[in-house]
Amino acid sequence: MMKSKADEEDYWNSSKFKAFTFDDEDDEFSRLKESKQAVNSIRRLVEEDDDEDDVEKVSWSGEPVGSISWSVRETAASNQRTDREPTFPKINTDTPTLSKSNSGYSLSSLFKGKTKGGNFQSFNDCESELHCMNEWMNDDWSPEETIQRMQQGKAFSLEKFRSLQDKLLLLDFAVSAHDGNVITAVLIYLKRTLGKEVLFRELESRQTALRHLIQYLTETRDQRLLLELLRSLCRTGPCTTGREHLSITDENKRRDFLKSCLSLPFSPEDSAHVQDHFTLLERQIIIEATDRQAERGGKVEIFQKFPRRASILNMPLVTTLYYCCFYHYTEPEGTYSSSLNIRQTFKISEKQYFVTALAARAKLKAWSDVDALFTSRNWLGFTRKKSPLSFQRVVDILQKNSAPTQVLQDYVALVDDAELRISLAQKHKCHDIVINTYRDLKDRQLLLGYRGKVERGSAEERKIDELLNNPRRRWK
Amino acid sequence: MAHSARRDSPELPDFSLLKRLARDQLVYLLEQLPGKKDLFIEADLMSPLDRIANVSTLKEHEVDKLYKVEYKPITSTSDQLCFLIRPRIKTVKWICDVANADKATGKFRRYKIIFTPQKFYACEAVLEEQGIFGDVTTDEWAFYLLPLDDDIISLELPEFFRDNFLAGDQRWVRTAGSALHLLHSLYGPFSKVYGIGRCSKMAYESWREQVAEGEQRTRQAEIGRVFLIDRDVDFVTPLCSQVVYEGLVDDIFRIKCGCVEFGPDVTSDKSVKVMLNSQDKVFNEIRNEHFSNVFGFLSQKARNLQTAYDKRRGMDIKQMKTFVSEELKGLKQEHRLLSLHIGASESIMKKKTKQDFQELLKTEHSLLEGFEIRECISFIEEHINRQVSMIQSLRLLCLLSITENGKFYGVDHLLTFANLRHLGLLVEQQPGETLTVMESKVGKLVNDKTAGKLTDAFSSLARKSNFRALSRRLNLVPKSGEEYDLRVPRDMAYIFSGAYVPLSCKLIEQVLERDGWTGLEEVTKLLNGNEFAVTGSNGADSKAKNDAQRIILVMFLGGCTFSEISALRFLGREKGYKFIVVATAITNSSRLLESLLDNHV
Repeated sequence: MMKSKADEEDYWNSSKFKAFTFDDEDDEFSRLKESKQAVNSIRRLVEEDDDEDDVEKVSWSGEPVGSISWSVRETAASNQRTDREPTFPKINTDTPTLSKSNSGYSLSSLFKGKTKGGNFQSFNDCESELHCMNEWMNDDWSPEETIQRMQQGKAFSLEKFRSLQDKLLLLDFAVSAHDGNVITAVLIYLKRTLGKEVLFRELESRQTALRHLIQYLTETRDQRLLLELLRSLCRTGPCTTGREHLSITDENKRRDFLKSCLSLPFSPEDSAHVQDHFTLLERQIIIEATDRQAERGGKVEIFQKFPRRASILNMPLVTTLYYCCFYHYTEPEGTYSSSLNIRQTFKISEKQYFVTALAARAKLKAWSDVDALFTSRNWLGFTRKKSPLSFQRVVDILQKNSAPTQVLQDYVALVDDAELRISLAQKHKCHDIVINTYRDLKDRQLLLGYRGKVERGSAEERKIDELLNNPRRRWK
Repeated sequence: MAHSARRDSPELPDFSLLKRLARDQLVYLLEQLPGKKDLFIEADLMSPLDRIANVSTLKEHEVDKLYKVEYKPITSTSDQLCFLIRPRIKTVKWICDVANADKATGKFRRYKIIFTPQKFYACEAVLEEQGIFGDVTTDEWAFYLLPLDDDIISLELPEFFRDNFLAGDQRWVRTAGSALHLLHSLYGPFSKVYGIGRCSKMAYESWREQVAEGEQRTRQAEIGRVFLIDRDVDFVTPLCSQVVYEGLVDDIFRIKCGCVEFGPDVTSDKSVKVMLNSQDKVFNEIRNEHFSNVFGFLSQKARNLQTAYDKRRGMDIKQMKTFVSEELKGLKQEHRLLSLHIGASESIMKKKTKQDFQELLKTEHSLLEGFEIRECISFIEEHINRQVSMIQSLRLLCLLSITENGKFYGVDHLLTFANLRHLGLLVEQQPGETLTVMESKVGKLVNDKTAGKLTDAFSSLARKSNFRALSRRLNLVPKSGEEYDLRVPRDMAYIFSGAYVPLSCKLIEQVLERDGWTGLEEVTKLLNGNEFAVTGSNGADSKAKNDAQRIILVMFLGGCTFSEISALRFLGREKGYKFIVVATAITNSSRLLESLLDNHV
């Protein structure tokens, strides 16, 4: 979609988006504050005898406890056979209809009777139970009828379905009934009574059933069978092995396991993941061993000043990078723990590296390192500050790492947009920048106004006065 | 409120009946195990249980001690144990461990498991495998529906979303059908059912079969029409930041089962749990408002309150007495609520200001509108680089991929492979295992190079998102540059600052208006079909005869956001409908994405 620049500006400035801002402490917010004060001022009055009030909860339903007899009556009433319900048409739920002809069972024996789940109050009365038992004893249910009985929570038996054809019919009817509970029940029976090669083979063409089995095996934590199933379907992916991998806690075993995974038939992207994951863990094991020793030895200053909070093992890549920028920043690129080496090995983007290094060095208050991050020389040898990130963000990150005003000032000054620069400068009290910007804008009024915001008798005030009193200066 | 509501809106049915039924059935089930017993309750059932019964109800039925299911050996000394659980294999296995441990030490106890809302065969299979079948009695507590408010009913099944849409497991389809059946038998008969989505179709079929199986008395219908919608029909809406008060409160403080816990940052005292529903008069007036209107409303309220208190001055003793007995309590209540919501608003402001909310919203809006995509991508990239919040980054990525149909992906390599990997490695503080899982997740993200599949999470759909085309056809994104007065909303877009009409609600509006899908063929094609509109045999004649036709039950399969509820309330006021929202759970962007992470393996 193409829009002109003007259109876009218009868009952002249009009233519908301006109507509401979270950024400024605008009028609404101060109004809210006022109302809070008002409310607070009357609190005393209210709290005078605030004892019996149930302050914790407001109950919604003040309904008296219904009696059980009431409920039983209600149930009885709902059971009275009266007019039949308006009937609704069946809609096609996009499963192929099963050909009933090869089921070999008659449909006429379809059981119709009192349902269990049908009424929300399923009080089993002995009579109907007995009735069910009788029916069950001389049952001869077809696969379809069996599935219906299962859905309705009636007694059933799967044991007599012994031929593969019957078993599959059972499964297919379960699937076409869209009842996951029943599908899984049939699958449990099939898993028990069929060889897995046969089961897996048949499931390949039955996606719905297959997904139910995968879910069931996942839930029962039957990792072995799940892996076999997925392997047989050539569905090896990080997901499957990932699960197996998670259960290994010892880092060396984990590394070895990963190594063994490298040869698995992953897709190219996935195998790159596994490779990287393996390399990372290998690297972490080396770094951890060295650093733990250094920390215990007590000779390396940085570990004394900033003791490690946790081991680096199994940490994400970005955390590892941060760690290396924190503890191993100055190391030459050749070492395993050097941040530059990590960046190279894992092809970390410039922005990502920059953000991470910035945060780590700022945390250590290593301002010269911070400064160096931005410095680039052009072909004439002049240095100039460059950043892959907007300077507004840089200021934000530095400020969050409690950088002092002098440091912040340098970066606020680099913000291109004058308006943004001023608001940032005001926020972080970088007076010089504000003053200089107003001076450059030749705006005497604003400068005068700002005079009231700086400290009496400060250098800033003097600077403003000098500017204001300078007769050679031209103002707007 | 400023809305010109139609006066003739019908009254909502009384759903407290659902609570009574659930409570009575629970009591009945507890009585099936006579004598003193200890009750173990699954953690996520505690709040729903709290809404319908209290401890004294349980004590009355000889429940001695209450425990939370914690998957640890138990300390109970009671010789009767009752377990109130969701039908989950993990929990059943734990119960088997408990029973087997007792067996090993020669301790005899009676065990009863109450599954809610139903039991699964897979759970019974576990009992059998562990040699416990027969030692344990099982029952079902058909507690399908929990009314959270006058117009919100929840199934409290957050796992519905993942199970159905990610794993392709249809275990909850019948549950949804049964829930619908319960509503049908208490508040029906329904005369018309519309729907869209595969799961909706299946749930409809399941419900229809259950209606056919049972029999019912005829009664005056209270709910006439039903709309079923799958969550995967519209992923965009729940991925957007919410800016309507109730939605914002949910995004920030997480409303759980209609109740929120406000911490000291809100109360400037100790934490309090507050029920958020229409009984809270202050909340009820601001819940559907765009956040920018909330301040004005609260200050006005505060001033009124001040005036009401000031009335005391110059009262004589008698007047004072009436004041205290008649007005003071109400005023105090209002005062308490007012200071709570003012505190919450302040806290929301603080939090949102801190996290560049304005910029975030800008990015979302451009994504919805489909321009300045390059800027959006670099915003997201920066977001990832700075490791701000994994969920937030994932959310934006998903939005990007759905709204752009993944178009940018092949051409534009700003979001490179490596960056995506970093995304996976975002979670800093969590233990090592996250790495692998997230890596595999992102591995999958990267695999599915094609289009909408970037959000692998949603790969089960195997469909392309056609958001842009849908947005054009349905006019979801109003023209930019037009004034949008959030104080006087003109359409449902107000819930997203006038930038976007939620797709789900727009569909509902259109289908109700057309009484079906006629004329929306292009739209349904873009949504992968699976739409339906069916009329019951009593539908045709009873039409327009009663108010029930204007009471519409909307069932969201896979969850619904508060913003959508607000939008529907708005639509209802405009058109003279009353909507009842039935959701498998209340959701929002964080819950949606968290449910797709694999680190809870």
